[in-house]
Amino acid sequence: MGTDLVPGDRVRTRATDPAGHTRLPRYARGAVGVLVERAGRHPLADDRARGVAAEPQPVWHVRFAAAELFGAGDHTVTVELWQEYLTRVEEDA
Amino acid sequence: MSGEHGSSVIAARVRHVEALLEARGLLDAGEIDTRIDEFLAGGSPANGARIVARAWVDPGFAERLLADANTAIREVGLSMAGGLQEQRLKVVANTAAEHNVVVCTLCSCYPIALLGPSPSWYKSEAYRSRVVRDPRGVLVEFGLELPADTRIAVWDASAESRYMVLPRRPAGTGSLSETELAGLVTRKGLIGTAAV
Repeated sequence: MGTDLVPGDRVRTRATDPAGHTRLPRYARGAVGVLVERAGRHPLADDRARGVAAEPQPVWHVRFAAAELFGAGDHTVTVELWQEYLTRVEEDA
Repeated sequence: MSGEHGSSVIAARVRHVEALLEARGLLDAGEIDTRIDEFLAGGSPANGARIVARAWVDPGFAERLLADANTAIREVGLSMAGGLQEQRLKVVANTAAEHNVVVCTLCSCYPIALLGPSPSWYKSEAYRSRVVRDPRGVLVEFGLELPADTRIAVWDASAESRYMVLPRRPAGTGSLSETELAGLVTRKGLIGTAAV
């Protein structure tokens, strides 16, 4: 996972279903979206929910096409996601 | 996630935990109620309406609001610092081309310190699950039929930011004062389930 993500990057969200609390909504897992802007830095909520100390990390507004999430729809959904959930998708991939 | 917040089992458990905290001297009697009252005292949709009206009459303020809402709202004497820590506020502006609507699919995140408690439908499982999937259909049920070529942007408050929609200024309101303009803005307009 790179720490040099910038707005405009295409990212794929984590696809796995963690055992505990997470803020990566199920409908947005394993999906490709575009970084809109950074929304500060915060400790990962998944860790805080388990009482684990965590360093703040960037949190991003990530915009998805509805068709990518639901297979239909012409709207967009922008979800706020911790950087740890995201992997950059190379443009030529 | 459960859509049921009013369960008597949970209420009983909360009362029990509160009583234990008081018995151990960690909380004063009634302290939680006092803190909740303090937290909610300043929150009202009227705050959002004031912000919107200022943005309508002052394009410079509107620009600052969209770039950094936390700093901009201090210009009208408001802040997001009412809770334990200042929350980031993100204001999203409706245009002729794009309409914004806010939801929290995981629970019910909402800028309470600024706008007061959220409406009950905002916390309903039906709204939370459906508006991300079919916003156009949900908005029609709210009585808001958008032009077919207006795009819809849904914002899911899944992390630490809280959102507010900046509605479009209605036509024919050029002669209204800032206070009169604020009177046009509704809570639904600030969430995006109404035009204004």
